[in-house]
Amino acid sequence: MLSEVERQELEEAVKHYPDKRGAAIDALLLIQRRRGWISDETLHEIAQFLEITPEDLDSVATFYNLIFRKPVGRHVAFVCDSISCWIKGCEQVQEQIKTLYGADFGQTSPDGRLTVLPIACLGHCERAPAVLIDQDVYGDVTPEKVEQIVEKYK
Amino acid sequence: MERPLTQHIHPDGTTRTLREYVTTGGYHCLQRLAGLPPKDVQRLVTDAGLRGRGGGGFLTGAKWSFVPMGADAAKPKYIVANGDEMEPGTFKDRVLIEGDPHGLIEGMILAGYAIEAEIGYIFLRGEYHLSARRLTEAIAEAYAAGYLGTPLPGTGFRFDLHLHASAGRYICGEETALINALEGKRAVPRAKPPFPQTVGLWGKPTVVQNVETLYNIPHIVNHGSDWYRRLSRTQDGGTKIYGISGRVTNPGWWELPLGTTAREVLERYAGGVADGVRFRGLLPGGISTAFMTEEHLDLPLDFSSIPPEVGRLGTATMIVLDDHTCPVGFVLNLEKFFTRESCGWCTPCREGLPWVARILMSFEEGRATSDDLSLLKMHTKWLAPGHTFCGLAPGAMAPLQSALKYFHDDFERHITTGGCPWSKKSAQQRVLV
Repeated sequence: MLSEVERQELEEAVKHYPDKRGAAIDALLLIQRRRGWISDETLHEIAQFLEITPEDLDSVATFYNLIFRKPVGRHVAFVCDSISCWIKGCEQVQEQIKTLYGADFGQTSPDGRLTVLPIACLGHCERAPAVLIDQDVYGDVTPEKVEQIVEKYK
Repeated sequence: MERPLTQHIHPDGTTRTLREYVTTGGYHCLQRLAGLPPKDVQRLVTDAGLRGRGGGGFLTGAKWSFVPMGADAAKPKYIVANGDEMEPGTFKDRVLIEGDPHGLIEGMILAGYAIEAEIGYIFLRGEYHLSARRLTEAIAEAYAAGYLGTPLPGTGFRFDLHLHASAGRYICGEETALINALEGKRAVPRAKPPFPQTVGLWGKPTVVQNVETLYNIPHIVNHGSDWYRRLSRTQDGGTKIYGISGRVTNPGWWELPLGTTAREVLERYAGGVADGVRFRGLLPGGISTAFMTEEHLDLPLDFSSIPPEVGRLGTATMIVLDDHTCPVGFVLNLEKFFTRESCGWCTPCREGLPWVARILMSFEEGRATSDDLSLLKMHTKWLAPGHTFCGLAPGAMAPLQSALKYFHDDFERHITTGGCPWSKKSAQQRVLV
């Protein structure tokens, strides 16, 4: 069941749209921020609040790559693999993350700490390669810097 | 050289507060809108020759002219800032929003006023967390100061502004897909016509504009259309934020007169290509534009000077291809991106793009034959404009078609040597299709 705080957050989000459905993406993101991911149960709860069917909401949830329909680690590292970062060696950065934390693209490290995902251009091309961890962007990342950056996220 | 959009942005990366923005003339023109009816704002922007900075280059005045005006027009009308900056190589809107969020808010108020739209949405890509925090603060400041949510002096026009943080997917940058996303739906493009100017968000008249475009509007209203046209070197008005990435000495962004050449940006501002590499080509503005090579570097980079057979400006944030990077691997990276970001709605895009990516992969792995070159060329025709529901797949074909033209020998070398002549690096690209 949605907690009181969650419900209040959703009520606030709905105020920005002429109908409840307009807040569907905001609602998924808000609840995901609290619960880490969108389980089937969570999906049903949000759909009920928005007064749409769970199937309808799932079609939205599965379309957007920043909404997780599977559990993720405590932190999520998005490695930009678009062109400017590819030219500057994003593949070596991703290899280093895999070596250090045992998580390939789409996987979570065995200790549940870090999920690693590819991401479309992060818009930090002048500092390629770029990595986004949770809400923090890192530019000019080299394989040597990976450990120092990721160690901030326990 | 005047740099109206970026001259006050702090070099240390901190943001500008409302107080700083007002001190440098921000929000001042809102006080004198009583003597400037919406039609006059429209005329100023039309006369200024402002063109859309998101890549399309459509005249802003012309875009506004389709919006139904007056008492009989449907209400409410909407103005939407397209801040879904996901075009690879492009980072100009982020620079503006992080550095000077109030410029976007004022631009939206004025654009809203010009088309009598009382509600605005800033559609911001979800990964721009810092931009979202700074915009949230700036919007609160603007409400507290009475620029938002309160009728503007002498006009009876009241503007409300909302921030929508998106949840990913490149296709949200397409304006009708963006409208669906704002309505809380899958971001699949809509059929046009009807165009959003008449039937947009929740069926109401809606104008969707790029963030950089909106930043220009307060300056046009403050200084006039003649001043604005003089900023430019060519017939399109204003300045442009040019950017460059790839193996160059000093990657970055610069606000320069529209019509600056790629050679100037590359050599004078970016310090040329990095030591030890040679220039081979560049994409002038994001990855949906065609390659330009040495022979095109002196073309003015604006919306009218690049011949259609060469290409188009796009977002004006360039990506350089150097001789240490495999052109086939480069294009494979682009086509993988488009494959992943296709919304899946129409068959040519959903099925054609993965096919293109797999064929390019076969070049890198040494399995390609000359038949594969023909197949690639065939796709550039069958995924061209007119064959797909929106511009994503045609955009994906622009770099491929031009690469086949300029780097044909490199494609051939992959066939004759049975693999990638550059390194095994390119061959490691996995095709997630």
